[in-house]
Amino acid sequence: MAAVATTEARAEELRRHYARRHRLGRVGVYAAAVLIAFIGAGPFVWSTITALKLNSDLYNPDNNPFIFNEPATFDHVRFLFEGTAFPTFVWNTLWVGALVVAITLVFGLPAAYSLARLDRPWAGPMGIALFFVYLVPPTLLFLSLSRVVVALGLQDSTWSLVVIYPTITIPVCTWLLIGFLKGLPKDIEEQAMVDGYSRVGAFIRVVLPLLFPGVVAVTVFAFTLAASEFIYALAFISPSAEKVVSTGVPTELIRGDVFFWQSLQASNVIIAVPIALIFTFFLGRFVSGFTMGAVKG
Amino acid sequence: MGQVTAAERLTPATTGGPGKRRLADRDGLLAWLFLVPSVVYVVALVGVPFVLAIGFAFSDVTAGDPSFDWAGLNAFRRAFDDPIFWQSLRNTLVITVVSMALIVVFGKVLANILIADFRGKWVVRFLVLLPWTTPVALSTVSWLWLLDSIFSPIDWVLRQVGLIDANMYWLGRPGLATASVIAVHVWRLVPLAAVIILAGLIAIPKDIEDAARVDGAGFWRRMFEVTIPLTLPLIAVAALFGAIFTFTDMAVVYVLTRGGPTNSTQVLASWAFVRGIEGGDVAQGAAIAIFLFPLLLAAAVLILHAVRRMQVM
Repeated sequence: MAAVATTEARAEELRRHYARRHRLGRVGVYAAAVLIAFIGAGPFVWSTITALKLNSDLYNPDNNPFIFNEPATFDHVRFLFEGTAFPTFVWNTLWVGALVVAITLVFGLPAAYSLARLDRPWAGPMGIALFFVYLVPPTLLFLSLSRVVVALGLQDSTWSLVVIYPTITIPVCTWLLIGFLKGLPKDIEEQAMVDGYSRVGAFIRVVLPLLFPGVVAVTVFAFTLAASEFIYALAFISPSAEKVVSTGVPTELIRGDVFFWQSLQASNVIIAVPIALIFTFFLGRFVSGFTMGAVKG
Repeated sequence: MGQVTAAERLTPATTGGPGKRRLADRDGLLAWLFLVPSVVYVVALVGVPFVLAIGFAFSDVTAGDPSFDWAGLNAFRRAFDDPIFWQSLRNTLVITVVSMALIVVFGKVLANILIADFRGKWVVRFLVLLPWTTPVALSTVSWLWLLDSIFSPIDWVLRQVGLIDANMYWLGRPGLATASVIAVHVWRLVPLAAVIILAGLIAIPKDIEDAARVDGAGFWRRMFEVTIPLTLPLIAVAALFGAIFTFTDMAVVYVLTRGGPTNSTQVLASWAFVRGIEGGDVAQGAAIAIFLFPLLLAAAVLILHAVRRMQVM
């Protein structure tokens, strides 16, 4: 009996000990979360404050840079849209991104299906090879590709990016799609084929609709890759009307030594926030796509 | 294959003629038909330019005279004779190694925080992803302003605290400029590393962690003796991704410092751009860019190795 009592007392003590540790741990987790959020978003917070400041407030080194010493203004944001080529850059980025996504899906979906489902002996090595293409950096290829672009007659045209960007997006998106496909049970197509669909019919009518969430994730991913690319866009295109956001903003909104700081920062925030929001939403899906692609199914 | 013929026997030619049906069902042929377009695209616009890039390095191609003539090692000689090339090589290695180490450590820390349960996780995740999802060139512009020579808020805080009297000139001094470039790389790539490591952490079965806990292993022992060894392959992948994206990037240097002050932050990628595109000496630019390749190859082999180990697990 006594032994039971001591174990109970000991258990109670342990419980209290762990409860205290648990509370401390909670405080630690929240402190760490706030800290990392601040480090991650700090430069953007600073950008947002800057974007809404009057010149006289901004360009006074004695002013507290974190608060509005004078009233906030939207003039610089308006200038970004009305006085600069920013809307053109955004439009170019959007349609280049849309076309790149379309090309990526048209090429990547069948390739992923072939590698994930059609059971060829070369599927494994081929998948890995395709992924390694993603690791060949634009910095290694931009010189020779700029000659290729000239040969195609696409220099100084946004279309050059439509042609070249799929070389980045197809490999990595195929890899992602393989992961999503391995997440779908094989029985689904087999059942469809038993029901009379051909292999192609089963792929188009049964697999693709089920793969829709994965396709959405890949669309987001490919679009972001295309929107973020810098070197090709810088090397292939110089007229400002053909530029995209990633090169247009840093090269065109800076005239010589004159920086339109507020407008520059406004453009960063306007571009950064929507992309990060969408990514946050799809993060879980990307993670499962990448890991499923790596694990042999 | 056996399954398909069985299906055919059960439902003879319900769609199209027998010939069409056979084509749409021949897995071996379809596997090729489905894959070939992607392979052709990638070979044409990655494989060919890659070979071309190597060819250019042994040629005399310039922007003004694009005709290809064999020039042996002349382009390499021109590159090597320029001390800036060696400086760029050194800078590239220093920036890559330091960034990679910091990316892995902070990536692991961030992954550990993100896997914990807390309120408002969604917002924190969004704010943490910002550095990674924003186009590099744009987020670097934010840093350019953050590190401005006169109006940097960091300087303002340091002045208020009384640590400095004048300004730091973050981007104007060689050491600080290099540190700034590293800071931007680490800041933008830590979320990616964290996401990769997170994928590994999620895959660890809960019982292993619980078993270690029951056996009396504390937080640090669990971390160093259970979770880190188990997720080592993915930590390696995160490290290599960090290295590759730092090593091959020129946007940060191009926007932040333009390689300055006096080329102290010039890296191979930006130097190849300066020579090859801005200077028009395509051959020399290609020769410089080729130096990116050996390290990339090594990284690719190591990633393959790590992924293999993960599959064995």
